[in-house]
Amino acid sequence: MEYSEKVMDHFANPRNVGEIENADGVGEVGNPKCGDIMKMYLKIDKGVITDVKFKTFGCGAAIATSSMATELVKGKTIEDALKITNKAVMEALDGLPPVKVHCSVLAEQAVKAALSDYYTKRGIDPTPIVGKLEDDCHGECAHNLH
Amino acid sequence: MTEIYMDNAATTPVNTEVLKEMYPMFKDNFGNPSTIYSIGKRAKEKIENSRKLVAKALGANAKEIFFTSCGTESDNWAIKGAAFEGLKKGKNHIITSKIEHHAALHTAQFLEKNGFNVTYLDVDRYGFVSPEDVRNSITDKTALVSIIFASNEIGTVQPIEEIGKICKEKGVLFHTDAVQAVGHIPIDVKKQNIDMLSLSAHKFNGPKGTGALFIRSGVRIETFMEGGAQEFHKRAGTENTAGIVGMGKAIEIACCDIENKAKLISEKRDKLIDELLKITHSRLNGHPTERLPGNVNISFEGIEGESLLLFLNMAGICASSGSACTSGSLDPSHVLLAIGLPHEIAHGSLRLSLSEENTYEEIQFVISEINKIVNKLRNMSPLWEKIIKNEK
Repeated sequence: MEYSEKVMDHFANPRNVGEIENADGVGEVGNPKCGDIMKMYLKIDKGVITDVKFKTFGCGAAIATSSMATELVKGKTIEDALKITNKAVMEALDGLPPVKVHCSVLAEQAVKAALSDYYTKRGIDPTPIVGKLEDDCHGECAHNLH
Repeated sequence: MTEIYMDNAATTPVNTEVLKEMYPMFKDNFGNPSTIYSIGKRAKEKIENSRKLVAKALGANAKEIFFTSCGTESDNWAIKGAAFEGLKKGKNHIITSKIEHHAALHTAQFLEKNGFNVTYLDVDRYGFVSPEDVRNSITDKTALVSIIFASNEIGTVQPIEEIGKICKEKGVLFHTDAVQAVGHIPIDVKKQNIDMLSLSAHKFNGPKGTGALFIRSGVRIETFMEGGAQEFHKRAGTENTAGIVGMGKAIEIACCDIENKAKLISEKRDKLIDELLKITHSRLNGHPTERLPGNVNISFEGIEGESLLLFLNMAGICASSGSACTSGSLDPSHVLLAIGLPHEIAHGSLRLSLSEENTYEEIQFVISEINKIVNKLRNMSPLWEKIIKNEK
């Protein structure tokens, strides 16, 4: 299994690591059994993601995809951030080994989970806006391995 | 950057003395050992000398040693060979453990798919198979008991002599995968009541692609490789003469003063273990003393093994992990799960395997790098955050 230079760069020097106190949205996806957990914090001002931080427990790809996802959503409107797919994360990293594709799915889900939390906190049902979240990585992992 | 190699359980470099013995087998002694002219006879002589050296290292007779292409082939041959031989007498049951190397485990699963009954024995938290469990699992249908001598992952050395004794009393064949043990700890197939034993040259500074199976005189098993008359008609195929000669020299060197070498490596191992266990929320996998001299296997809570290995690699340190990500599957190591580790802790395991070449300076460097990396990864781990929060 080979990681691209970009993956290794984002793994070794992850961008936006940490937490945001009083974040407007916090999302956590994955589970320890699978070996991946991503937690994403968003600061949102007038519909724009002004700051983003993450914490990840997981393999090299899990850390790199979280890092890249934060880079991609930072400064974006919520609308644009919701358009960022796992494919966009993978492409920005110059690809991932096939068994690691689920990490990019998890990164996309982490952003969406944080945005869902943002809406929930405001008393707005997030499902019509954000869509349904996959709260377990197992389905994705199994899907991508076959 | 200097490289620090601490993955000797994966493979070892070929000893220079071993290489010197191997060279002529490619040129002056290149002949086919099955021929009658002198180039072939010289090759034949060399491999027979190697057979004696391997036999001597195990306390066996030369005619009980059969050369194969690797440890995996030896395991496949021993287990399938004994199973199919047993079937002729109506025996369709084999016993093995949950912590076997895949070479034995997948072979047992293959037999299961083909109609055999297989008992996979549990192990305790140290990874020990209970000899009493072996005794209680044997039936009149049992064709074979196959238990790994020492774990490739957690290093636990099994009570082989006792298990062998039970099999002997019950009249059941006993095979052991000793790939990690040969050349590292003393072995005596007679004293330890072993009927068949698998070994592999590249684990003790010999070449890759060369293994052997010890089959006690009088033990009958089905052949695995059909073809020519090589290896006393039991394992066909032109001999890997250079590999076999290399293995002979390598085992001779490895087994010379083996107890003293094992003691020196164990001291380095214990230093590494003691220092790494000072890291909070870490645990040693395997038994503290009944373990391979070079094996260190530690889990660090809150981090994932592949990330740890990648950072170690950046620091020039070569190691292994039992995490799912390094195995290319979803589940972490079956061995770590069998000793009762929860998935999330098994994901954070690290295996370092030392050789006598590793210095105390290297060990010190590795300890300091692991401390830094574990801290770094824990600082960005939401799982670690939870572990700490739950304690407060």
